[in-house]
Amino acid sequence: MLGIALIYYVIIAGILMDVPKLAILHETIRNLFFHVAIWFAMFILLIVSLVYSIKYLKKSHEYYDIVASEFALMGIFFGLIGITTGSVWARFTWGDWWVNDPKLNATTIALLIYLAYFVLRSSIADEQQRGRISAVYNIFSFAAAVPLIFILPRLTDSLHPGNGGNPGFSAYDLDSSLRLVFYPAVVGWTLIGVWFATLRIRTKKVRTIIEDHQAQDTFSGSTNK
Amino acid sequence: MLIKEIRALIHKEILFEWRMKYALSGILLYLTSSVFVVYIVFELGKAPITPTTWNVLLWVVMLFVATNATAKSFIQESRERLLYYYTIASPESVMISKILFNGLLMTFLVIGGCAIFMILLGNPVQDMELFMVNLIIGAIGFAASFTMISGIASKATNSSTLMAILGFPIILPMLLLLIKVSGAAIDGLDRSVSYDELMTLAAIIIISITTSVILFPYLWRSN
Repeated sequence: MLGIALIYYVIIAGILMDVPKLAILHETIRNLFFHVAIWFAMFILLIVSLVYSIKYLKKSHEYYDIVASEFALMGIFFGLIGITTGSVWARFTWGDWWVNDPKLNATTIALLIYLAYFVLRSSIADEQQRGRISAVYNIFSFAAAVPLIFILPRLTDSLHPGNGGNPGFSAYDLDSSLRLVFYPAVVGWTLIGVWFATLRIRTKKVRTIIEDHQAQDTFSGSTNK
Repeated sequence: MLIKEIRALIHKEILFEWRMKYALSGILLYLTSSVFVVYIVFELGKAPITPTTWNVLLWVVMLFVATNATAKSFIQESRERLLYYYTIASPESVMISKILFNGLLMTFLVIGGCAIFMILLGNPVQDMELFMVNLIIGAIGFAASFTMISGIASKATNSSTLMAILGFPIILPMLLLLIKVSGAAIDGLDRSVSYDELMTLAAIIIISITTSVILFPYLWRSN
């Protein structure tokens, strides 16, 4: 069942992959389909990770933990791509690779949080304990910091009107033809993220099954002696 | 029942702190010496300390003191003692009492630290009341976020490094707001400028306390 669902994901993601790629032209506004869409996709992936962390706490099934961590990893990956594309965009629109902008700082905070999540994971040996503790951290950090990442830029902008800040959609006048590509791009990137994550989840699952078999083989081998 | 439990646990925390004076005096010494380092460095460099620098340095010192002071709330508890708590108290009351106690401790440390700061580095603050309110909110906010982080970090192996890695990104937004409000207080700006920030800070504190209390039951039995 899971396999069928995953194949569907793969097919849909594969088809949708073409959509953002068709739009490559020489104007920087095109970056909207990459930078902004990846940014949206990152948040969707991180929310999926959060949901699976909550699920893990409710019912400690190893699969939920793997899903949560893989989606967080994809979220970081997309976050890094988002920062890179944003940096290139900033070079050509604002004239510098890195600008002291509240949104940039907020993204850096988010990336630091999720990198810390992986440091935490790697420093706990026991599997069940790792699952539970990292799930607790994932939920806690999401609840404590991520809403702020949305609130803080607005707050600073509202207090310093016209003083830096990220020009949003309205500044570029997102008309309907752009929207027509932008929303599929968001869906496309999200599905690609989901596809990558599910691939990794599946390989992990297979690996654990193989390890179990090997363990069983060695166990039965030793009893046969 | 819950309130009685919390009261007993806070009483226990205070008693412990009083009996283990070396821990408390260690933190106080840490605070004093870090403020002194700031003072000496600026004296030697002959650099004039502007109100902005004063403000930022104060909060950075407070951040480090908070990490060290609250880290011990779970990390330094022995396993046997934790097991004993599990048998006699509910996880919610353990968490709430720890947060409240850390809040008290941090308020004490923050006000003390600020006093030393003002003695050594001068006092540029114009709106003292707002500054103090912000200081106390900061102390409670540090306690609210770091108590849970300390609980998480205590379960892992390299807990003192983890405390900083896990805690700093989470506390950063709060720290920015605190620095902004205290900056406004130092410059003596109109108080209505800071209401938004103070409301957001209160909201963050409420969010982190509720999530800590909700999540702690999942954490505490996992050794």
